[in-house]
Amino acid sequence: MQNIAPLNWRRFPERYLLKGNYCENCKQAFFPPRAICPNCRRKGKLVSMEMPRTGKIISYTKVYVPPEGFKNEAPYYLAIIELENGARVLSQIVDSEPEKIKIGAKVKKVFRRIGEPDKYGTITYGYKFKVVE
Amino acid sequence: MKLPLKKYLKRLGKVLRMNAGIIGYGVYIPRLRIKVSEIERVWQRNASGLAVSEKAVAASDEDSCTMAVEAARRGIEDFSINPKRINAIYIGSESHPYAVNPTASIVGDALGTTNKYFAVDMEFACKAGTAGLQVCYALKKARMIDVGLAIGTDTAQSKPNDALEFTAASGAAAFFIGDSKNEIIAEIEHTCSFTSDMPDFWRRPRAEFPEHTGRFTGEAYFKHIINAAKLLMEETGYNASDFDYAVFHQPNGKFPLKAAKILGIPSEKVKQGLLTPHIGNTYSASTLIGLASVLDVARPGQKVLAVSYGSGAGSDAFVLNITENIKNRRASRAVLEMIKEKEYIDYALYVRHRHKIKSL
Repeated sequence: MQNIAPLNWRRFPERYLLKGNYCENCKQAFFPPRAICPNCRRKGKLVSMEMPRTGKIISYTKVYVPPEGFKNEAPYYLAIIELENGARVLSQIVDSEPEKIKIGAKVKKVFRRIGEPDKYGTITYGYKFKVVE
Repeated sequence: MKLPLKKYLKRLGKVLRMNAGIIGYGVYIPRLRIKVSEIERVWQRNASGLAVSEKAVAASDEDSCTMAVEAARRGIEDFSINPKRINAIYIGSESHPYAVNPTASIVGDALGTTNKYFAVDMEFACKAGTAGLQVCYALKKARMIDVGLAIGTDTAQSKPNDALEFTAASGAAAFFIGDSKNEIIAEIEHTCSFTSDMPDFWRRPRAEFPEHTGRFTGEAYFKHIINAAKLLMEETGYNASDFDYAVFHQPNGKFPLKAAKILGIPSEKVKQGLLTPHIGNTYSASTLIGLASVLDVARPGQKVLAVSYGSGAGSDAFVLNITENIKNRRASRAVLEMIKEKEYIDYALYVRHRHKIKSL
């Protein structure tokens, strides 16, 4: 069993609460959080920030050939989502009628299981999105 | 600092009079449904006696923890509760994702609470959620917390072709307990429990599905539900006609109506909180989802009786008084509206989503 728990734990704020950061100098939000502001470099002033839970689909695809660990979930939808503050996130789309998954559709964050290495390891939880009316 | 006696007594009186209650709630019912007729088709059995038409099924990437987070998140949003105020999280379930490793701490982090909170996972078959409610109520009365969060959540397990498979469903309900006069929508006036060793349903360690004793579970259900309700009425001086609504644990569509009849409560007072015919038996969430549905429509001044049941066996009974605050503090979506969002699946997809295909 691969011990992925410590690695996962360091990313809980990002995966559970969509915690990214925000540069008070250039007023841009980043997700996942950046170590330095790519716009302002050393002049940037980054602060931790929870991202909005809603956004819209910028682009999407249906995955038939998934990476290892997601075989039994395929086919599933994967989308680039622009959150309300402009930050972008790549996420699975769940609980949505296929005809409603389209560019521009409004989506909301939900908390789901992402995966587990095997039946003995820790379960990875995190965000996915669903289309809302 | 020493207080003068008069001031001390005044403060003590305030503490004794102060009552805790529900300041918000949230319900999560997964989108997938399987019709009981589909399960009947597969096993060539008739389950019409259960009075359940379909049941809610958690998707393969959902479990008791994810549903608990979703239910609590809805409560936080609908009732404007700052998660930083939560000082206690008690989660009742018989399908916690881990045997060892708490669901409560995952839920706390996923909601964005501080780290200063009491937390434990609870199990008492289908009544662990209401047991959590009692603990939060007691902690609030003891002034040890600001807001307590009690959740009942289950992805109920059932062996294929067992009688349980026709009803065992998935869902979660979260209740926030506080005592702010501006926030309480339902004051908890009194609670009590009736408990005895009556093994009508159980699951041994490492067993995947629970076992049960068939009709004997009915005997245990009525014994505990009726006695808990009677004990509550004895302790409070109320009788059946004092209640505007009654919610009972609902393993099927018939038992709660029969319990009401025995207690002398008309079935019209039970129907608002009777969800099992539409979503199945959500185990630890069952009574709480029923209670949430009652709170969706209850008016100030009304009195609600809620009695849960957990095999093994015990019942928790509550008297709730609806306050004026409920006029301004309502869930954005009523439970009866929420259950309309659904997608039917057949038995093959059901076993896939519920991880019942063991050769995988």
